[in-house]
Amino acid sequence: MEYEAVIGLEIHSELKTKTKIFCGCKTTFGAPQNTHVCPVCLGLPGVLPVINKKVVEFAIKAGIALNCTINKFSKFDRKNYYYPDLPKNFQTSQFDLPIAEHGYVDIEVDGKPKRIRITRVHMEEDAGKLVHSGNTIKDSSSSNVDYNRTGVPLIEIVSEPDMRTPEEARAYMEKVKAILEYIDVSNCKMEEGNLRADVNVSLRAKGTEKLGTKAEMKNLNSFKMVENALTYEIDRQEEVLEDGGHIVQETRTWDDGKGITISMRTKEQAQDYRYMPEPDLVPIVTTDEQIEAIKKTLPELPDARKNRLIKECGLSSYDAGMITNSRAMAEYFDEVVNKGADPKLAANWIMGDLSKQLNAEDKTIEDSPVAAADLAKMIKLIENGTISSKIAKKVFGEMWKTSTDPEIIVKEKGLVQITDTGAIEKIVNEVISSNPKPVADYKNGNAKSIGFLVGQVMKASKGKANPGMVNKLLKEKLTQ
Amino acid sequence: MKVSKKDVENVAVLSRLKIADDKMDKYLEEFNNFLEYVDVLQKVDTENVKPTAHVLPLQNVFREDVIKPSLDREKALANAPEKENGYFKVPRIIE
Repeated sequence: MEYEAVIGLEIHSELKTKTKIFCGCKTTFGAPQNTHVCPVCLGLPGVLPVINKKVVEFAIKAGIALNCTINKFSKFDRKNYYYPDLPKNFQTSQFDLPIAEHGYVDIEVDGKPKRIRITRVHMEEDAGKLVHSGNTIKDSSSSNVDYNRTGVPLIEIVSEPDMRTPEEARAYMEKVKAILEYIDVSNCKMEEGNLRADVNVSLRAKGTEKLGTKAEMKNLNSFKMVENALTYEIDRQEEVLEDGGHIVQETRTWDDGKGITISMRTKEQAQDYRYMPEPDLVPIVTTDEQIEAIKKTLPELPDARKNRLIKECGLSSYDAGMITNSRAMAEYFDEVVNKGADPKLAANWIMGDLSKQLNAEDKTIEDSPVAAADLAKMIKLIENGTISSKIAKKVFGEMWKTSTDPEIIVKEKGLVQITDTGAIEKIVNEVISSNPKPVADYKNGNAKSIGFLVGQVMKASKGKANPGMVNKLLKEKLTQ
Repeated sequence: MKVSKKDVENVAVLSRLKIADDKMDKYLEEFNNFLEYVDVLQKVDTENVKPTAHVLPLQNVFREDVIKPSLDREKALANAPEKENGYFKVPRIIE
């Protein structure tokens, strides 16, 4: 039977506030264990949590950017469950009146656009961090708990089950990350757990509507993990169904090292969160004016920016998509272009040599040793004929290594392109006289052999001859 | 009877309470009494009553995003039944 996967994501994103959601403890990552805790976030008796204003503002901002309706009346609820990372035995979250609902984001996979609906965006507190005594939770006789992360503000973005492939799930998560980065509400550092996804997946016979039984994989904190875990889980479920078995609704952990998902049964029996209104926090009422004011603070979002690059800079949809995927990359591109470089050349260099080097050295665009202004200068040197594209690669390599101004590199290394007709003519003549066979071939109608001759001239000039001029001169000489 | 013995057992597990066997019948009866009372409440006409999200007439109580000192770690861990290297130590989590 042919199956179709039905995938939904719950993305948790830590908000970049200075303090926790309900108390004044710091949110900075990497502090010594249990030093950013107080009676409120430890859930000691008799304390009164008060919501951080910034959290509400950021959540509304995210809701608007994700095309949601903002609920003008919103409240907090207690989600009850027992787990050692949760000191109060309930998570303060939102149940029936989340801050935002009914949104969407548009994604594109293999050139095909698709709209993924967003069910809701709600505010909640993060849980603590468990350090297991063994390698995994399964072979640990005890665990240690650090509550520094407890109470760090989160928004949870819940999608409808609109994705059908691991690639779509990845594209959706990338898009959400880009949007959160653009609106500057989260650091989105996935390696620090700023952005993590719980992934739900079930299978159904292709062409049918009824949803199958799903399995959930929690806390996937990289795009690759999301894609790999889904690919594995879809295969596993297909195998179970093909063998006549049925899927058990459960939480499974993704073992990244082994590349498999494993069933995880906790001591808690049937999950029953017993949501109840949080009596310690009062409702949040937002006005149209406040929503409008926040809307005005939104920057140009990834989709709008992408369309601008297509329209104004003539970039392809693919290139524009790649560049606008990260806000820092898009800003770098804009700066190169604003400094006068040709947009298409700028896109080629950023996505080509620059990205290649960044990836090779595991750097982000923010720590690129090649400043945007210098890349613009180098591109202008190509545009005005001072250097050829081939020499530019050498210049770029030097810029990467030494962060030097390209004009200085070109001058010091004597890389200026030879545009002096006399000088080029001299080399052309030498090449013609020392390569009688290709010359004869060309004269006998094999137009291709001119390529070899051009190559020889470029080689003799150490790549410095202007290729256009070489071509033109060779053709003139050979048809004389 | 509206709730069964099993329901009472389940609520006890969710509340982390142990119920002695000889108390079961007593709790079962009390549970049902509560629920019967809820049935009475359900009969009240609430057609024109707005849902209450909070019992106090308050809304939008916010805190500025300003850092306050945290607890000393020694104090934070003072009541922990077990601790290790500045962590709260807990027994095995899953079966």
